[in-house]
Amino acid sequence: MKVVIINYGAGNIQSIKFALKRLGVEAILSNNVDEIRNADKVIFPGVGEASSAMKKLRESKLDVVIPTLTQPVLGICLGMQLMCNASEEGNTKGLGIFDTEVVRFSDNVKVPQIGWNTIQNLESPLFKGIRENEYMYLVHSFYAKKSSEMIAESEYDIQYASALQKDNFYGVQFHPEKSSKAGSLILQNFLNL
Amino acid sequence: MLTKRIIPCLDIKNGRTVKGVNFVNLRDAGDPVELAKIYANEGADELVFLDISATEERRKTLQKLVLDVASQVDIPFTVGGGISSTEDVDRLLQAGVDKVSINSAAVKRPELINELASKFGNQCIVVAIDAKQIEGEWIVHLVGGKVPTKLNLFDWAKEVAQRGAGEILFTSMDNDGTKDGFANEALAKLSEIVNIPIIASGGAGNMKHFKDTFIDGKADAALAASVFHFKEIGIPELKANLKSNGINVRI
Repeated sequence: MKVVIINYGAGNIQSIKFALKRLGVEAILSNNVDEIRNADKVIFPGVGEASSAMKKLRESKLDVVIPTLTQPVLGICLGMQLMCNASEEGNTKGLGIFDTEVVRFSDNVKVPQIGWNTIQNLESPLFKGIRENEYMYLVHSFYAKKSSEMIAESEYDIQYASALQKDNFYGVQFHPEKSSKAGSLILQNFLNL
Repeated sequence: MLTKRIIPCLDIKNGRTVKGVNFVNLRDAGDPVELAKIYANEGADELVFLDISATEERRKTLQKLVLDVASQVDIPFTVGGGISSTEDVDRLLQAGVDKVSINSAAVKRPELINELASKFGNQCIVVAIDAKQIEGEWIVHLVGGKVPTKLNLFDWAKEVAQRGAGEILFTSMDNDGTKDGFANEALAKLSEIVNIPIIASGGAGNMKHFKDTFIDGKADAALAASVFHFKEIGIPELKANLKSNGINVRI
Protein backbone atom coordinates (compact mmCIF):
# COMPACT_ATOMS: atom_id res chain seq x y z
CA MET A 1 0.00 0.00 0.00
CA LYS A 2 1.24 3.47 -0.88
CA VAL A 3 0.60 6.05 1.82
CA VAL A 4 1.61 9.67 1.26
CA ILE A 5 1.89 12.22 4.05
CA ILE A 6 1.50 15.66 2.51
CA ASN A 7 4.67 17.57 3.32
CA TYR A 8 4.03 21.29 2.98
CA GLY A 9 6.33 22.48 5.73
CA ALA A 10 3.76 22.56 8.51
CA GLY A 11 3.99 20.42 11.54
CA ASN A 12 5.23 17.36 13.24
CA ILE A 13 5.27 14.94 10.33
CA GLN A 14 7.87 12.61 11.79
CA SER A 15 5.49 11.35 14.52
CA ILE A 16 2.88 10.32 11.96
CA LYS A 17 5.51 8.59 9.87
CA PHE A 18 6.74 6.69 12.93
CA ALA A 19 3.20 5.75 13.99
CA LEU A 20 2.52 4.26 10.56
CA LYS A 21 5.86 2.47 10.65
CA ARG A 22 4.78 0.80 13.91
CA LEU A 23 1.83 -0.50 11.87
CA GLY A 24 4.21 -1.84 9.23
CA VAL A 25 3.65 0.91 6.66
CA GLU A 26 6.50 2.96 5.24
CA ALA A 27 4.82 6.26 4.35
CA ILE A 28 6.24 8.72 1.83
CA LEU A 29 6.55 12.42 2.62
CA SER A 30 5.74 14.43 -0.45
CA ASN A 31 4.31 17.64 -1.88
CA ASN A 32 4.45 16.27 -5.42
CA VAL A 33 1.01 16.40 -7.02
CA ASP A 34 1.38 13.19 -9.07
CA GLU A 35 2.71 11.27 -6.12
CA ILE A 36 -0.20 12.44 -3.96
CA ARG A 37 -2.77 11.63 -6.66
CA ASN A 38 -1.37 8.11 -7.12
CA ALA A 39 -1.33 7.21 -3.42
CA ASP A 40 -3.75 4.65 -1.96
CA LYS A 41 -4.14 6.76 1.18
CA VAL A 42 -3.30 10.39 1.86
CA ILE A 43 -2.62 11.96 5.24
CA PHE A 44 -2.91 15.74 5.58
CA PRO A 45 -1.18 16.81 8.80
CA GLY A 46 -0.64 20.24 10.26
CA VAL A 47 0.45 21.99 13.39
CA GLY A 48 0.84 25.71 13.82
CA GLU A 49 -1.05 28.72 12.55
CA ALA A 50 -3.87 28.47 10.00
CA SER A 51 -3.21 31.41 7.66
CA SER A 52 0.50 30.65 7.21
CA ALA A 53 -0.24 26.95 6.66
CA MET A 54 -2.87 27.86 4.04
CA LYS A 55 -0.35 30.16 2.36
CA LYS A 56 2.10 27.26 2.07
CA LEU A 57 -0.63 25.07 0.55
CA ARG A 58 -1.42 27.71 -2.05
CA GLU A 59 2.25 28.14 -2.95
CA SER A 60 2.46 24.48 -3.91
CA LYS A 61 -1.04 24.50 -5.51
CA LEU A 62 -2.12 21.84 -3.04
CA ASP A 63 -5.19 23.93 -2.12
CA VAL A 64 -6.57 23.02 -5.56
CA VAL A 65 -5.38 19.40 -5.53
CA ILE A 66 -6.58 18.21 -2.12
CA PRO A 67 -10.35 18.78 -2.61
CA THR A 68 -10.22 16.78 -5.88
CA LEU A 69 -8.62 13.66 -4.38
CA THR A 70 -10.70 10.50 -4.65
CA GLN A 71 -8.85 8.07 -2.34
CA PRO A 72 -9.31 8.14 1.48
CA VAL A 73 -7.79 11.34 2.91
CA LEU A 74 -7.21 11.90 6.64
CA GLY A 75 -6.69 15.44 7.94
CA ILE A 76 -5.14 15.65 11.40
CA CYS A 77 -5.43 18.63 13.79
CA LEU A 78 -4.79 21.80 11.76
CA GLY A 79 -5.11 19.61 8.65
CA MET A 80 -8.73 18.90 9.59
CA GLN A 81 -9.36 22.57 10.38
CA LEU A 82 -8.04 23.66 6.98
CA MET A 83 -10.50 21.24 5.32
CA CYS A 84 -13.39 23.31 6.75
CA ASN A 85 -14.95 26.41 5.13
CA ALA A 86 -13.05 28.97 7.16
CA SER A 87 -11.07 29.53 10.33
CA GLU A 88 -11.20 32.46 12.70
CA GLU A 89 -7.44 32.02 13.14
CA GLY A 90 -5.77 34.60 10.91
CA ASN A 91 -9.18 35.05 9.22
CA THR A 92 -8.40 32.14 6.90
CA LYS A 93 -10.48 30.76 4.06
CA GLY A 94 -10.27 26.96 4.13
CA LEU A 95 -10.54 24.22 1.50
CA GLY A 96 -14.33 24.03 1.93
CA ILE A 97 -14.53 20.24 2.08
CA PHE A 98 -16.34 20.17 5.42
CA ASP A 99 -19.28 22.54 5.68
CA THR A 100 -18.43 24.07 9.06
CA GLU A 101 -16.42 26.88 10.62
CA VAL A 102 -13.42 26.86 12.94
CA VAL A 103 -13.52 29.26 15.89
CA ARG A 104 -11.53 29.92 19.07
CA PHE A 105 -12.39 28.53 22.50
CA SER A 106 -13.71 31.21 24.85
CA ASP A 107 -11.72 32.42 27.83
CA ASN A 108 -14.04 30.45 30.14
CA VAL A 109 -11.48 27.68 29.76
CA LYS A 110 -7.71 27.53 29.53
CA VAL A 111 -6.53 27.96 25.95
CA PRO A 112 -4.96 25.94 24.35
CA GLN A 113 -6.72 22.77 25.40
CA ILE A 114 -3.81 20.42 26.08
CA GLY A 115 -4.17 16.81 27.10
CA TRP A 116 -6.39 13.75 26.90
CA ASN A 117 -10.12 14.24 26.35
CA THR A 118 -12.86 11.77 25.46
CA ILE A 119 -14.62 11.32 22.10
CA GLN A 120 -18.35 10.53 21.88
CA ASN A 121 -21.10 9.59 19.41
CA LEU A 122 -18.69 7.72 17.19
CA GLU A 123 -20.17 7.16 13.75
CA SER A 124 -17.68 5.99 11.17
CA PRO A 125 -15.69 2.94 10.06
CA LEU A 126 -12.72 5.04 11.25
CA PHE A 127 -13.80 4.18 14.81
CA LYS A 128 -14.31 0.44 14.37
CA GLY A 129 -13.36 -1.25 17.66
CA ILE A 130 -13.05 2.11 19.48
CA ARG A 131 -15.23 2.38 22.60
CA GLU A 132 -17.42 5.39 23.31
CA ASN A 133 -15.59 7.89 25.54
CA GLU A 134 -12.15 6.66 24.51
CA TYR A 135 -9.34 9.08 25.39
CA MET A 136 -7.49 10.94 22.66
CA TYR A 137 -4.62 13.45 22.90
CA LEU A 138 -5.50 16.98 21.80
CA VAL A 139 -3.59 20.25 21.57
CA HIS A 140 -5.55 23.13 20.07
CA SER A 141 -6.92 26.63 20.61
CA PHE A 142 -9.50 26.56 17.79
CA TYR A 143 -12.27 24.02 17.18
CA ALA A 144 -14.68 23.00 14.42
CA LYS A 145 -18.34 23.74 15.15
CA LYS A 146 -20.75 20.80 15.22
CA SER A 147 -22.21 19.93 11.83
CA SER A 148 -24.10 17.19 10.00
CA GLU A 149 -20.73 15.77 8.88
CA MET A 150 -19.60 15.21 12.47
CA ILE A 151 -18.52 11.63 13.26
CA ALA A 152 -17.22 12.27 16.81
CA GLU A 153 -17.70 15.02 19.34
CA SER A 154 -15.91 16.20 22.45
CA GLU A 155 -16.59 18.66 25.24
CA TYR A 156 -14.34 21.53 26.25
CA ASP A 157 -16.03 24.83 26.99
CA ILE A 158 -18.79 23.63 24.61
CA GLN A 159 -19.56 20.52 22.55
CA TYR A 160 -17.54 20.57 19.33
CA ALA A 161 -16.72 18.32 16.37
CA SER A 162 -13.60 16.30 17.18
CA ALA A 163 -13.94 14.34 13.91
CA LEU A 164 -15.65 14.97 10.56
CA GLN A 165 -16.29 12.90 7.46
CA LYS A 166 -17.57 13.68 4.00
CA ASP A 167 -17.35 10.98 1.34
CA ASN A 168 -13.67 9.94 1.12
CA PHE A 169 -12.50 12.82 3.36
CA TYR A 170 -11.91 12.26 7.06
CA GLY A 171 -10.70 14.76 9.63
CA VAL A 172 -9.72 14.35 13.28
CA GLN A 173 -8.90 17.15 15.71
CA PHE A 174 -7.00 14.80 18.01
CA HIS A 175 -3.60 13.24 17.32
CA PRO A 176 -4.07 9.51 16.66
CA GLU A 177 -0.29 9.20 16.26
CA LYS A 178 0.14 10.31 19.89
CA SER A 179 -2.92 8.64 21.42
CA SER A 180 -1.48 5.33 22.54
CA LYS A 181 -3.10 2.06 21.44
CA ALA A 182 -6.53 3.50 20.62
CA GLY A 183 -4.95 6.12 18.38
CA SER A 184 -2.98 3.45 16.62
CA LEU A 185 -6.18 1.48 15.99
CA ILE A 186 -7.77 4.54 14.37
CA LEU A 187 -4.79 4.84 12.02
CA GLN A 188 -5.09 1.12 11.25
CA ASN A 189 -8.81 1.58 10.51
CA PHE A 190 -7.92 4.40 8.13
CA LEU A 191 -5.40 2.16 6.35
CA ASN A 192 -8.10 -0.52 6.10
CA LEU A 193 -10.64 1.77 4.38
CA MET B 1 -14.04 16.06 29.67
CA LEU B 2 -10.37 17.00 29.68
CA THR B 3 -8.37 14.91 32.15
CA LYS B 4 -5.60 15.87 34.57
CA ARG B 5 -2.19 14.69 33.36
CA ILE B 6 0.52 12.67 35.11
CA ILE B 7 3.99 13.33 33.72
CA PRO B 8 7.17 11.43 34.66
CA CYS B 9 10.34 13.46 34.11
CA LEU B 10 13.61 11.86 33.01
CA ASP B 11 16.95 13.61 33.48
CA ILE B 12 19.21 12.92 30.53
CA LYS B 13 22.97 13.27 30.34
CA ASN B 14 24.80 12.35 27.13
CA GLY B 15 21.81 10.37 25.93
CA ARG B 16 21.39 8.32 29.15
CA THR B 17 19.07 8.73 32.11
CA VAL B 18 20.76 9.84 35.32
CA LYS B 19 19.83 10.67 38.91
CA GLY B 20 18.90 7.16 39.82
CA VAL B 21 16.32 4.92 38.33
CA ASN B 22 15.38 1.74 40.13
CA PHE B 23 13.45 -0.55 37.87
CA VAL B 24 13.63 -4.27 38.20
CA ASN B 25 13.32 -6.44 35.13
CA LEU B 26 14.79 -3.72 33.00
CA ARG B 27 17.58 -4.68 30.63
CA ASP B 28 19.19 -1.31 30.82
CA ALA B 29 18.02 1.14 33.47
CA GLY B 30 19.96 3.95 31.86
CA ASP B 31 18.23 3.70 28.50
CA PRO B 32 15.68 6.53 28.27
CA VAL B 33 13.77 4.85 25.46
CA GLU B 34 13.21 1.67 27.50
CA LEU B 35 11.97 3.73 30.43
CA ALA B 36 9.77 5.88 28.23
CA LYS B 37 8.10 2.78 26.83
CA ILE B 38 7.44 1.41 30.31
CA TYR B 39 5.91 4.67 31.50
CA ALA B 40 3.78 4.94 28.36
CA ASN B 41 2.48 1.40 28.90
CA GLU B 42 1.74 2.13 32.55
CA GLY B 43 -0.50 5.03 31.58
CA ALA B 44 1.71 8.11 31.81
CA ASP B 45 -0.03 10.90 29.90
CA GLU B 46 3.11 12.62 28.67
CA LEU B 47 6.85 12.47 29.24
CA VAL B 48 9.42 15.18 29.85
CA PHE B 49 13.11 14.72 29.06
CA LEU B 50 15.38 17.24 30.70
CA ASP B 51 18.79 17.30 29.05
CA ILE B 52 21.47 18.26 31.54
CA SER B 53 24.55 17.40 29.47
CA ALA B 54 26.95 20.17 28.59
CA THR B 55 29.22 18.59 26.02
CA GLU B 56 29.84 19.59 22.45
CA GLU B 57 28.23 16.37 21.32
CA ARG B 58 25.02 17.38 23.06
CA ARG B 59 23.08 18.42 19.98
CA LYS B 60 23.70 15.22 18.05
CA THR B 61 23.06 12.98 21.04
CA LEU B 62 19.81 14.75 21.87
CA GLN B 63 18.70 14.59 18.26
CA LYS B 64 19.24 10.84 18.20
CA LEU B 65 17.40 10.40 21.49
CA VAL B 66 14.39 12.35 20.19
CA LEU B 67 14.30 10.22 17.03
CA ASP B 68 14.49 7.02 19.08
CA VAL B 69 11.74 8.09 21.47
CA ALA B 70 9.48 9.38 18.69
CA SER B 71 9.85 6.15 16.76
CA GLN B 72 9.03 3.88 19.69
CA VAL B 73 6.72 5.79 22.05
CA ASP B 74 3.10 6.60 21.23
CA ILE B 75 2.38 9.37 23.74
CA PRO B 76 3.47 13.02 23.57
CA PHE B 77 6.82 14.13 24.93
CA THR B 78 8.62 17.36 25.73
CA VAL B 79 12.34 18.07 25.67
CA GLY B 80 13.98 20.79 27.74
CA GLY B 81 17.47 21.90 28.69
CA GLY B 82 19.76 24.30 26.90
CA ILE B 83 17.32 25.24 24.14
CA SER B 84 18.00 28.83 23.11
CA SER B 85 17.14 29.45 19.45
CA THR B 86 14.53 28.83 16.76
CA GLU B 87 17.08 26.58 15.04
CA ASP B 88 17.32 24.39 18.16
CA VAL B 89 13.53 24.06 18.28
CA ASP B 90 13.21 23.44 14.55
CA ARG B 91 15.69 20.56 14.69
CA LEU B 92 13.95 18.95 17.66
CA LEU B 93 10.47 19.28 16.13
CA GLN B 94 11.71 17.78 12.87
CA ALA B 95 13.10 14.83 14.82
CA GLY B 96 9.63 14.23 16.30
CA VAL B 97 9.42 16.02 19.64
CA ASP B 98 5.93 17.37 20.46
CA LYS B 99 6.84 20.26 22.71
CA VAL B 100 9.97 22.04 23.85
CA SER B 101 10.57 23.57 27.23
CA ILE B 102 12.61 26.75 27.53
CA ASN B 103 13.80 28.34 30.75
CA SER B 104 16.98 30.46 31.07
CA ALA B 105 16.98 31.48 27.41
CA ALA B 106 13.52 33.01 27.87
CA VAL B 107 14.62 34.99 30.91
CA LYS B 108 17.71 36.25 29.09
CA ARG B 109 15.78 37.17 25.95
CA PRO B 110 11.98 37.15 26.43
CA GLU B 111 11.36 37.88 22.71
CA LEU B 112 12.41 34.29 22.07
CA ILE B 113 8.97 33.20 23.32
CA ASN B 114 7.22 35.40 20.73
CA GLU B 115 9.52 34.16 17.97
CA LEU B 116 8.96 30.49 18.81
CA ALA B 117 5.20 30.88 19.26
CA SER B 118 4.74 32.62 15.93
CA LYS B 119 6.97 30.19 14.05
CA PHE B 120 5.84 26.90 15.59
CA GLY B 121 2.54 27.73 17.30
CA ASN B 122 2.11 28.33 21.03
CA GLN B 123 0.91 24.75 21.61
CA CYS B 124 4.47 23.43 21.46
CA ILE B 125 6.14 26.07 23.64
CA VAL B 126 6.39 25.26 27.34
CA VAL B 127 8.05 27.88 29.51
CA ALA B 128 9.65 26.34 32.59
CA ILE B 129 9.93 28.58 35.63
CA ASP B 130 11.99 27.67 38.71
CA ALA B 131 11.26 29.85 41.71
CA LYS B 132 11.71 30.03 45.45
CA GLN B 133 10.56 32.34 48.19
CA ILE B 134 12.93 35.04 49.40
CA GLU B 135 11.55 37.07 52.30
CA GLY B 136 8.05 36.00 51.38
CA GLU B 137 8.32 36.84 47.69
CA TRP B 138 8.46 34.20 44.94
CA ILE B 139 11.62 34.96 42.94
CA VAL B 140 12.50 33.31 39.62
CA HIS B 141 15.84 31.46 39.69
CA LEU B 142 18.09 30.15 36.92
CA VAL B 143 20.59 27.31 36.56
CA GLY B 144 18.48 24.77 38.40
CA GLY B 145 17.62 27.21 41.14
CA LYS B 146 21.15 28.38 41.88
CA VAL B 147 21.07 31.90 40.46
CA PRO B 148 18.39 34.37 41.56
CA THR B 149 16.96 36.89 39.09
CA LYS B 150 15.06 40.08 39.83
CA LEU B 151 11.85 38.61 38.41
CA ASN B 152 8.75 37.97 40.49
CA LEU B 153 7.17 34.60 39.65
CA PHE B 154 3.68 35.94 38.99
CA ASP B 155 4.81 38.93 36.91
CA TRP B 156 7.01 36.65 34.82
CA ALA B 157 4.21 34.10 34.38
CA LYS B 158 1.88 36.82 33.07
CA GLU B 159 4.56 38.01 30.69
CA VAL B 160 5.35 34.56 29.25
CA ALA B 161 1.64 33.88 28.72
CA GLN B 162 1.22 37.22 26.92
CA ARG B 163 4.23 36.48 24.77
CA GLY B 164 2.69 33.22 23.57
CA ALA B 165 3.72 30.37 25.88
CA GLY B 166 1.33 27.43 25.52
CA GLU B 167 1.96 26.09 29.01
CA ILE B 168 3.90 26.91 32.16
CA LEU B 169 5.92 24.28 34.00
CA PHE B 170 6.38 25.69 37.48
CA THR B 171 8.94 24.10 39.80
CA SER B 172 9.05 25.30 43.38
CA MET B 173 12.66 25.07 44.54
CA ASP B 174 11.36 25.26 48.11
CA ASN B 175 9.39 22.06 47.62
CA ASP B 176 11.63 20.18 45.18
CA GLY B 177 13.18 17.13 46.81
CA THR B 178 11.27 17.55 50.09
CA LYS B 179 8.54 15.00 49.29
CA ASP B 180 6.24 17.25 51.34
CA GLY B 181 3.86 18.10 48.53
CA PHE B 182 3.59 20.67 45.74
CA ALA B 183 3.53 24.47 46.22
CA ASN B 184 -0.25 24.59 45.91
CA GLU B 185 -0.86 28.14 47.02
CA ALA B 186 1.48 29.57 44.39
CA LEU B 187 0.14 27.13 41.79
CA ALA B 188 -3.47 28.14 42.41
CA LYS B 189 -2.50 31.79 42.08
CA LEU B 190 -0.80 31.06 38.76
CA SER B 191 -3.98 29.41 37.46
CA GLU B 192 -5.97 32.49 38.48
CA ILE B 193 -3.73 35.04 36.77
CA VAL B 194 -2.96 33.28 33.47
CA ASN B 195 -5.31 31.38 31.17
CA ILE B 196 -2.94 28.66 29.94
CA PRO B 197 -2.36 25.19 31.44
CA ILE B 198 -0.05 24.94 34.47
CA ILE B 199 2.14 21.91 35.17
CA ALA B 200 3.02 21.47 38.85
CA SER B 201 6.52 20.28 39.69
CA GLY B 202 8.56 19.79 42.85
CA GLY B 203 7.59 18.09 46.08
CA ALA B 204 5.70 14.92 45.13
CA GLY B 205 6.05 12.32 47.89
CA ASN B 206 2.78 10.42 48.06
CA MET B 207 -0.49 9.99 46.18
CA LYS B 208 -2.34 12.55 48.29
CA HIS B 209 0.11 15.20 47.11
CA PHE B 210 -1.10 14.69 43.56
CA LYS B 211 -4.75 14.91 44.62
CA ASP B 212 -3.99 18.10 46.55
CA THR B 213 -2.21 19.78 43.67
CA PHE B 214 -5.10 19.06 41.31
CA ILE B 215 -7.71 20.33 43.78
CA ASP B 216 -6.02 22.97 45.98
CA GLY B 217 -3.31 23.87 43.46
CA LYS B 218 -5.74 23.88 40.48
CA ALA B 219 -2.93 22.31 38.43
CA ASP B 220 -3.68 20.90 35.00
CA ALA B 221 -0.84 18.39 35.14
CA ALA B 222 1.63 17.12 37.73
CA LEU B 223 5.23 16.22 37.03
CA ALA B 224 7.49 14.08 39.20
CA ALA B 225 10.70 12.11 38.89
CA SER B 226 12.05 10.08 41.79
CA VAL B 227 8.74 8.79 43.18
CA PHE B 228 8.16 7.15 39.82
CA HIS B 229 11.76 6.09 39.13
CA PHE B 230 12.10 4.40 42.51
CA LYS B 231 8.69 2.76 42.27
CA GLU B 232 7.47 4.52 45.39
CA ILE B 233 4.34 5.36 43.45
CA GLY B 234 3.10 3.29 40.51
CA ILE B 235 1.26 5.21 37.82
CA PRO B 236 -1.70 2.75 37.59
CA GLU B 237 -2.21 2.88 41.38
CA LEU B 238 -1.87 6.66 41.39
CA LYS B 239 -4.47 7.07 38.69
CA ALA B 240 -6.89 4.65 40.36
CA ASN B 241 -6.43 6.55 43.61
CA LEU B 242 -7.07 9.91 41.94
CA LYS B 243 -10.15 8.57 40.19
CA SER B 244 -11.59 7.27 43.46
CA ASN B 245 -11.06 10.77 44.84
CA GLY B 246 -13.20 12.23 42.08
CA ILE B 247 -10.38 13.52 39.91
CA ASN B 248 -10.81 12.99 36.19
CA VAL B 249 -7.85 11.01 34.86
CA ARG B 250 -7.29 8.80 31.84
CA ILE B 251 -7.42 5.13 32.80
